[in-house]
Amino acid sequence: MKQYLLSVYQPDGDLPPAEILEPIMQDLVAWNQELRDAGAWVFGAGLLPPSTATVVRVKDSELLLTDGPFVEGKEHLGGFTVIAAPDLDAAVAWGRRLSEITTLPIEVRPLQGT
Amino acid sequence: MDIARVFREEYGRAVSVLVRAFGDIDLAEEAVQDAFAEAVRRWPSSGPPPSPAGWIITTARNRAIDRVRRESTRDDRQAAAVLAAEDEGETEVVGDDRLRLIFTCCHPALAPAAQVALTLRLLGGLTTAEIARAFLVPEPTMAQRLVRAKGKIRDAGIPYRVPEDLAARLRPVLAVVYLVFNEGYVASSGRELVRDDLCAEAIRLGRLLVELMPEEPEVVGLLALMLLTAARSAARTDADGAVVLLRDQDRTRWDRDLITEGQALVRWCLKRGEPGPYQLQAAINAVHSDAATAAATDWPQIVALYDQLLAMTPTPIVALNRAVAVAEITGPRAALAIVDDLNLDSYYLFHAIRADLLRRLGWVEQAADAYDAAIARADNAVEREHLCRRREALTS
Repeated sequence: MKQYLLSVYQPDGDLPPAEILEPIMQDLVAWNQELRDAGAWVFGAGLLPPSTATVVRVKDSELLLTDGPFVEGKEHLGGFTVIAAPDLDAAVAWGRRLSEITTLPIEVRPLQGT
Repeated sequence: MDIARVFREEYGRAVSVLVRAFGDIDLAEEAVQDAFAEAVRRWPSSGPPPSPAGWIITTARNRAIDRVRRESTRDDRQAAAVLAAEDEGETEVVGDDRLRLIFTCCHPALAPAAQVALTLRLLGGLTTAEIARAFLVPEPTMAQRLVRAKGKIRDAGIPYRVPEDLAARLRPVLAVVYLVFNEGYVASSGRELVRDDLCAEAIRLGRLLVELMPEEPEVVGLLALMLLTAARSAARTDADGAVVLLRDQDRTRWDRDLITEGQALVRWCLKRGEPGPYQLQAAINAVHSDAATAAATDWPQIVALYDQLLAMTPTPIVALNRAVAVAEITGPRAALAIVDDLNLDSYYLFHAIRADLLRRLGWVEQAADAYDAAIARADNAVEREHLCRRREALTS
């Protein structure tokens, strides 16, 4: 089995209102259970917004902290799941479900050494 | 024994079998190339083996096993594959390994340009230099593209198999097979106008796809299109190897068997009533092959089919081909008006067609300029000579 990182990319800005977000979150819970039942779940987490991020950098042995995400963009990483799958087609099938649920693009990328 | 011919015919099969056995494209290619190198050393003195294809596959398999044993860097997974391969029968083939490899090469996770390059490399046995020439990119660029694509197949775990959802994965496969056919039908460079080996390979792949998906109209349409086009192959050049245009061809030299088969497929498509771009192009060619003489061609029917095709795939190339048919009905001036609106400056046929229309209008000077533009852009020597002769004929 190889392992794949499924990254959820979401647009910057406010989250959709609760009536849209809640059913999505419920579907995500069900999808996570599906993954576990199939023995495909490895690790996963949703992330708080990029406004909560802090960038750590060391320059000449001195710690430099800056507010905000490292990359400024129109989209940001909203969450991720690591799955085990026999091949890319199987990983894409899980990614497809995740994209349907979140209505967002999903990047499927193999982990090194798996 | 023509080893080059065996190479063309058997390279793809051998690589496909080895890829299935070892799950490693680079290893498969290296081993098959080793086997052919061995054949070049041995066959001239020992004579060819009874089954050259079987000999190549067996030799390549043994070479691959040697390589894996030698290179301790290969991981355990491959060592396991070696053991599995050793257990296998000599040249036993489950299903068609080539079809499996086509779907791998044409996986939508690969860039379209890489799909074609990989298919030509792994199944057609073309060299990197040949593929680079065919697609007008520098050789190092093509080499890098191939390395990247093979790396992605390996690292991302693109599987070697025919997908369950065939319809969804078909489009790139059809596009690649047709590109291979076209590259064979008008070799984009070199001395020969037609590369029969590539045409034959594309048709063989087309037949295989039809066998696997007999109910997919576009698959049938593509095969029909290739058969009807290939049927005219022998009449496309004269005794000196010079180009003969469709209207001047000796139609008794057209291959009746291919036409009959192609037309039957087109009729099947018409009954299905789900036209697609390949079926429409096949229908256009069926109309041409119906005409006993060029003058008897049903041009209105052809223009009507092009109208349908243009609505479905509004590309400048389709518009250009439609203009040629329009010229036969409404004359060169109307066709020229269409052609002049198209943005196809880098395409030699655009200039060749413009030149012919200008010639028919009697505008010799402009026609000569257009021929020059076409000659400058044609990479195939036979096509270029044809254009030069047409240009000379203008003033004589």
